[in-house]
Amino acid sequence: MRPAVKVSVLVRPKEGILDPQGAAVEDSLRKLGFDVSGARVGRLVDVEVDAPSEDEARAQVDEMCRQLLANPLIESYAIEVQPQ
Amino acid sequence: MSVVAVVQFPGSNDDHDAHWALKALGADARLVWHAETELPHRTGAVVLPGGFSYGDYLRCGAIARFAPIMDAVTRFASDGGLVLGTCNGFQILCEAGLLPGVLRPNASLRFICRDVAVRVVRNDTPFTSRCTPGQRLVIPIKHGEGAWYAPPELVEELEANGQLLLRYEETPNGAVADVAGVINERGNVMGLMPHPEHAVDPLLGSGDGALILASLLDAARERTDALLTA
Repeated sequence: MRPAVKVSVLVRPKEGILDPQGAAVEDSLRKLGFDVSGARVGRLVDVEVDAPSEDEARAQVDEMCRQLLANPLIESYAIEVQPQ
Repeated sequence: MSVVAVVQFPGSNDDHDAHWALKALGADARLVWHAETELPHRTGAVVLPGGFSYGDYLRCGAIARFAPIMDAVTRFASDGGLVLGTCNGFQILCEAGLLPGVLRPNASLRFICRDVAVRVVRNDTPFTSRCTPGQRLVIPIKHGEGAWYAPPELVEELEANGQLLLRYEETPNGAVADVAGVINERGNVMGLMPHPEHAVDPLLGSGDGALILASLLDAARERTDALLTA
């Protein structure tokens, strides 16, 4: 059996979209004394895809993002194929 | 007689309230489980109630759109059937692509539960026919993720089309353009964050929500009668 391709998807609030969660996290970090700015909170989705190649797995995950994992109005996504 | 189908998803919690309110207004309202694949015979309108369907996993409403009944709801809407989504139902309709935009976490990150004032932009729709244009309605909201958002060019287009049907007098949640409710271009699908089913009796604070539900029932009856005589 071929091994599944491990893929990670990083979903982020799109640039320019107000991210209240990120702002709250940033505020808390500042209260801890860290000098930070630009905190944004997104989501990580790991999946194992049964696909013949990494390219094919990437293409499938891209389709998953379009159909479900990200809402294109407010979120951008990045796909990372984990080395085998 | 026209049937109003109130869909129950796992995690819906305003299904019985909506069912009760519609019945109190004289409707033949029926609860329909999400695993059903067909709407009841002679369904004249569908209501997607509030709640936390599928635990709000991923994004609010993102999973519910895959429920078996949603194929029937989508077909019903594309045939011109009337669909109303309140709160989580609104989120589901946006995620399903039946309504424009998306609902985001409240700007305050707080769950808000209180009465709000909204203005009815138009009354030439199946959901607002019993209102007057510009009428002020007081209806409660109760949500953590009710800030409607759409990109500026889409907001402009929707506003020009009169699709931003309900506007908050003062946005409680950070919604773009003070949007409390939107209607699709065809005019047969509407979603709103306020809960009309919680405002059908002045004894409970306000009867203003009944105007929206009764408008829907009028239109559902008309449509079913027309289909039966056609």
